[in-house]
Amino acid sequence: MTVELGHFALVLALAVAAYQFVVPLLGASRGDVRLMNSASVAALLQLLLISIAFGSLIHAYIVSDFSVLNVAENSHSDKPLIYKIAGSWGNHEGSMLLWVFILSLFGAAVAAFGNNLPMALKARVLAVQASIGLAFLVFIEVASNPFIRLANPPINGNGLNPVLQDPALAFHPPFLYAGYVGLSISFSFAIAALIEGKVDAAWARWVRPWTLLSWAFLTIGISMGSWWAYYELGWGGFWFWDPVENASFMPWLIATALLHSAIVVERRDALKIWTVLLSILAFSLSLMGTFLVRSGVLTSVHAFAVDPTRGLFILAILAIFIGGGLTMFAWRAPALKAGGLFAPISREGGLVLNNIFLCAAASSVFIGTLYPLALETLNGAKISVGPPYFDLTFGPIILPLLLLVPFGPMLTWKRADALAVMQRLWWAAALALLATILVYAFAHRGPWAAPLGMGLGVWLIVGSLADLATRINLGRTSLSISLQRLFGLQRSIIGTVMAHAGVGLLVIGVVAASLWKEEQIISLKPGGSVGVAGYTVTFISEQPINGPNYDGRSGTFKINRGDNEITTIVSEKRIFKPSGANTQVGLYQTLWGDLYIVMGDEGEGGSRVVRASYNPMVSWIWAGAFLMFAGGVMSLSDRRFRIGVPKRAKAAKPA
Amino acid sequence: MKRFLAILGLLTALALPGFAVQPDEMLADPALEARARTISTGLRCLVCQNQSIDDSEAPIARDLRLLIRDQLKQQKSDTEVVQFIVDRYGEFVLLKPRFEADTALLWLAPFAILLAGFAFAWKRKRVPVNQSQLSDVEKSELRHILEETSRD
Repeated sequence: MTVELGHFALVLALAVAAYQFVVPLLGASRGDVRLMNSASVAALLQLLLISIAFGSLIHAYIVSDFSVLNVAENSHSDKPLIYKIAGSWGNHEGSMLLWVFILSLFGAAVAAFGNNLPMALKARVLAVQASIGLAFLVFIEVASNPFIRLANPPINGNGLNPVLQDPALAFHPPFLYAGYVGLSISFSFAIAALIEGKVDAAWARWVRPWTLLSWAFLTIGISMGSWWAYYELGWGGFWFWDPVENASFMPWLIATALLHSAIVVERRDALKIWTVLLSILAFSLSLMGTFLVRSGVLTSVHAFAVDPTRGLFILAILAIFIGGGLTMFAWRAPALKAGGLFAPISREGGLVLNNIFLCAAASSVFIGTLYPLALETLNGAKISVGPPYFDLTFGPIILPLLLLVPFGPMLTWKRADALAVMQRLWWAAALALLATILVYAFAHRGPWAAPLGMGLGVWLIVGSLADLATRINLGRTSLSISLQRLFGLQRSIIGTVMAHAGVGLLVIGVVAASLWKEEQIISLKPGGSVGVAGYTVTFISEQPINGPNYDGRSGTFKINRGDNEITTIVSEKRIFKPSGANTQVGLYQTLWGDLYIVMGDEGEGGSRVVRASYNPMVSWIWAGAFLMFAGGVMSLSDRRFRIGVPKRAKAAKPA
Repeated sequence: MKRFLAILGLLTALALPGFAVQPDEMLADPALEARARTISTGLRCLVCQNQSIDDSEAPIARDLRLLIRDQLKQQKSDTEVVQFIVDRYGEFVLLKPRFEADTALLWLAPFAILLAGFAFAWKRKRVPVNQSQLSDVEKSELRHILEETSRD
């Protein structure tokens, strides 16, 4: 019964979305206050109804109601509770419901907290937001209904793919979707601004926190996925340039660009047209990310043919929002007035450069991901585009940007003194050079690029801190005054320093783990041992294991360094009920590297294939990503975002 | 949600997922083995989704790894080994597509976009004019205003 209730609530939400799309727009163009204000009520009502729908699906998963097709296909009564809940969004239909739920949550947030927005702008934003919701709700209703009942319910369900039964992956989709959907707010603001023909600082003050929030969610969502791939898939890789990863990386790159260009709109009233375009692009890529992953079109063009309704719907939604958004831009953007002037060497100029590099980098990911698909459609030629392509295109494009990062925050608005900036950064450069030389001298193996990569990481970290040091006058005044200034700094400045230093940590981790990785693959009998990166790994024994919904074998390994016994770690092979299997990696983590042990297949005479690898500094990658996320949150807590949002210069004129 | 679609098939097909390179495949000569690993990472596992044969557990990936090692033992160069595989399976196996008429756009477009971005930004640059010089009329107006305020 609850499922029917949920379905009914979803249909009602569809009707409310249709209302919220049409009526507030009408109200805004007629200047009718009551019609405009009804948008907020509709947005809150939508949240309520979609919460009921989503809640009823989760409930069906928790109680293992296998009369619901979606539950029967994706759950199993033996699964731990957390994976029953996560299972509700671990499939296409459920994930679409999660998507509209987050959309309605954000729409309601604009309705509830947007009281300082001009009435017409708020009404239009909520209307555009509702149009997205409407499209998704129709799609769910027609082609991806999670509430379908089975006439003959099975005794038990098919279960969730075991590799997905993992805490990091359980919460990976909600974070990623929160990021994708958050960009819909920037999109709605962009379209509303195009309708009104007006972009100003007040507009940017709204767009920037939403972009920042989405960016933070995307950052944490992507890094959770990467962390999961690292320890769950058993290969020890952290990024594969897989189309599915690229689909989430492209919106992240554009959101990063948008984040920076919105600063220019807010502070200097420049780059307005460009920022509107980025808002549209960022959400377009989010939509593509959502759909391309779920539709399977990246694997093969033929995926569309398997389910034509779904495929056509997806194409239609992409065409309407991406095509419509860009058409709207081409039509209305010339009406937006260009703002403040600036010299090429200035904070604005630096941010323009940042945007050019980020967009070109995103384009290399975009082209690399979709080119094989396009080529096959055009002339049937089949090619593969893998990691080497991205190393050779994305790499050289992003490298200069990374080198330039420390300069950015030091430039002054309008016109900057390049020489003065270099004077403030010379010691950061000196430290980076020193790091490069030291690594070159002491790292006895690995390619020449490794010391340079370390130097780049140090440059990013020290360069970011140099900005902080300059701002608090470190060393030029007493320490207590410097500390006072530190606590008096705007949080967005501290956030910037954290995020930029996080990039430095990430670079160090990526370079070290890619270029200095050591690996041994060997067949071991109990008692046998293998040496890797100065550690001795001894295979002690193996035992049978019994989990809540799996059986398997576990292998115990002793880790020695010289004569010192360091620890004992366990690697498991799990066989899941009702189907599937996976490997639990044995992991010994230190700041300087991870020992990564995978127990493989059984060999002759009770031996096991064992792969022991040492991944140097690999955890710095996620530490860096987390610091970037924390920087975003820090910046978001800046009081300028909470209070003192300026009123618009002129109230929007009712037409 | 990385490559689970690709390994989904494998996981259900094989009772236990092993991992790619097995000890019995490896060559005794470490230098030759290292070359084999490098070549393997650049070749696509044909039945997988975007996985190199070095990563893949599929039987065909194992066959290809053995083929590569066999070729290396015959003193062939890396290029020759790769060409040997391409001759049999087509350019689809190359994870790094060759620069050809079909792929020129693939390789050049990102850099073209970067250059176009620079060109566009340079063309649109509008330097603020030096506003420190006031005209005589403005100067007298300013003096007038200042005198008025000082009188208050």
